[in-house]
Amino acid sequence: MPPPSDANNPEAEAGSAALSIRGLAKRFGEKIAVDGVHLEVPSGSFYGLVGPNGAGKTTTLSMATGLLRPDHGQALVHGVDVWAQPLEAKKLMGILPDGVRLFDRLTGEQLVTYAGLLRGMDRETVQERTGDLLRALDLANDAGTLVVDYSAGMTKKIALASALIHAPKLLVLDEPFESVDPVSAANIRDILAGYVESGGSVIVSSHVMDLVQRMCDHVAVIAAGTVLAAGTVDEVRGDGSLEDRFVELVGGRTTSEGLSWLRTS
Amino acid sequence: MVAHLLRLKLVLLRNSFKRSTAQLIGVILGGLYGLGILGTLVVALVLLGSADVGLIRTILVIGGSATILGWIVIPIAAAGIDMTLDPARFVTFAIPMRQLLTGLVLGGLVGIPGVVTLIASLAQVLTWIRYPAAALTAFVCALVAVLLCVVASRLVTTAVSSMTGSRRFKDINGVVAFIPLLFLGPIIGGVTAGFQSSPGFAASLADVLAWTPLGALWAAPADVAQGQAGLAVLRLLIGVATLVLFLVLWSRSLAHALVTPPYNAVTKRAGGNLGWLGRFPATPAGAVAARALTYWLRDPRYSASLVVIPFIGVLLFFSGGSAGAFAFLGPITAFLLAWSISADISYDNTAFSLHLSTGVSGRDDRTGRAAALLVFSLPVTLVLTVLPLLLGGRSADLPALLGLSLGLLLTGTGLSSLVSARYTYNVPLPGESAFKTPPGTNFLMFAVQFIGWFVMLLLALPEIVLTIVYFVTGNAAFGWASLLAGLVLGAILLVVGIRSGGRWYDRRAPELLLAVSANR
Repeated sequence: MPPPSDANNPEAEAGSAALSIRGLAKRFGEKIAVDGVHLEVPSGSFYGLVGPNGAGKTTTLSMATGLLRPDHGQALVHGVDVWAQPLEAKKLMGILPDGVRLFDRLTGEQLVTYAGLLRGMDRETVQERTGDLLRALDLANDAGTLVVDYSAGMTKKIALASALIHAPKLLVLDEPFESVDPVSAANIRDILAGYVESGGSVIVSSHVMDLVQRMCDHVAVIAAGTVLAAGTVDEVRGDGSLEDRFVELVGGRTTSEGLSWLRTS
Repeated sequence: MVAHLLRLKLVLLRNSFKRSTAQLIGVILGGLYGLGILGTLVVALVLLGSADVGLIRTILVIGGSATILGWIVIPIAAAGIDMTLDPARFVTFAIPMRQLLTGLVLGGLVGIPGVVTLIASLAQVLTWIRYPAAALTAFVCALVAVLLCVVASRLVTTAVSSMTGSRRFKDINGVVAFIPLLFLGPIIGGVTAGFQSSPGFAASLADVLAWTPLGALWAAPADVAQGQAGLAVLRLLIGVATLVLFLVLWSRSLAHALVTPPYNAVTKRAGGNLGWLGRFPATPAGAVAARALTYWLRDPRYSASLVVIPFIGVLLFFSGGSAGAFAFLGPITAFLLAWSISADISYDNTAFSLHLSTGVSGRDDRTGRAAALLVFSLPVTLVLTVLPLLLGGRSADLPALLGLSLGLLLTGTGLSSLVSARYTYNVPLPGESAFKTPPGTNFLMFAVQFIGWFVMLLLALPEIVLTIVYFVTGNAAFGWASLLAGLVLGAILLVVGIRSGGRWYDRRAPELLLAVSANR
């Protein structure tokens, strides 16, 4: 089994990476949420970030996208430092944060338009792309409904549309498939695959291993705030499935001896 | 099971203290406030014992009726104020109805309002201590009355909980529920005036209430003290019968609510209507302004503060007629409206992350929010300044008061733009009732509010002083000077506020997001 490539690869150049995370760390009170994460997301890659609950995925992505100030470390988007030149870096990124509210008293159409206008795009382009996005994500019939009345999956999709509107070079998606129905999820995967094919880069966090194995070409396993393994999916998983490798790396599987009372027969 | 429910309520209460020190301070302050009220009540009730029986009766019946009424009305006005033991949360547990009812009633007593009501009701035993038989009756009646309070409030909560599931109901209720509160002052004033104008008014009000479920239980001890035991029994029966009836109704509606989850009917609507987003300039600042203006109309937390303004006008008009305080409607409105965006980012909550991730500059964010406010508050302030003066035939005062109004509005908007980029505090979350203030950070909130108001008056001092000098001397030149000062100084401070607020924002936006995400 080839060893997973070291994430802190000194040969990687800043320019070639879509996203370069260098030693990001964050402490909340006593708890160290992220403890020096290094990641290189090559340009044009479809990068999966997997880890158990509370591993620091969301915190890492928040720091990499300029939403949460890191205690240490650096994040570069196509060579632009996110914390030194935030406005330039944010132009290159489309961000779908997890667990944040939306301006949900706007209708779906208004929200996507708002995201476009906030980015300083002109009205015609915003209008055209909003229509395209709503159709592609199967939200056209609900475009005039207030986002507060959307279901969880629809809310996720409208947030994704808001992240795509300015055609970014890098997409950072935190749990994009959570509570999204299978048909919409397949549509989203197609959109993302087409986006990567045309030269865009995507980093998604997820804990659905199967999905990551099928969809992504690179993957990083993160637990307790550190990177356990990173590289192409084949490098990381070796001979087994990604899920087996993940469990092996992260540990914490309990034997199925417990809960004997739960057996009905 | 009953013990479990009680313990759950206690644990929830205790955990709410633990979340942060600021919240603990708030809970302690709230507790002290409750304790102060309770102490005053108990002392007053004990002292009342030396009064004449008729007077005791009148006061206890009216006070007691108001208490029960309060327990019934407050849950409607503030749907969702205390949902810690919301029946909907017990749907998946198979709790026998009888135990659920008992647990919920006792749970309702845990907390500051429950404890205050219980102890104050029992304190009337001390009021009647000179009449042993009446004191005994008072003890029984107090217990029944407190149960009635809790059961009535639970019945109302359960009955409206099917409606509160719908967002539209919540939104409308959040705004409409303000109205009776606004009239609370005039109502109390009217009742007080009634007491003063005819001494018999209170006694006859108490007589009527004594035969209603609201007042019967509070009147029974007085009947015993006056030697009319038969009447007392009858009144106790009215109270107990009401309690039983409410219990039956409540258990029915609870049983119904447990199998019918709230349903939010939503009609699908296709797009095509961009609203204000289609009308404002297609720039980041224009988009922020359009979004903020949409929220002023659609978010009950904002629109509730708009509803207040006409009522302030009505109150001022009735308090002093068109000649007096009514003339200052414009400046007061300007003052309140200008301050209203001082917690804008706190109101956004984590939705603010969109501004952060799209890289909106601080100046665009500040400008947009200030513009949305000024778009409607400028004309409103102008009309509300000019109209009262014209009605009162005081058009000569126009320049002075216009200067004051515009000065306060512009200065205040500038100050709010700075404050909201600097301070965040716990406000009702998006979709919550405008009444629901998360406990705890009240202290910081009030500190920021009062200091902010003080600073706002300080910054507007030139036009305030000029207006006062104008009214003292009657020299029109000072009035015009006030107008000039208001416009020029106000405009300068507005720009300064937006710019320095924008600089704060650019430096601290991630910290702002972190601060608002703590409140959820």
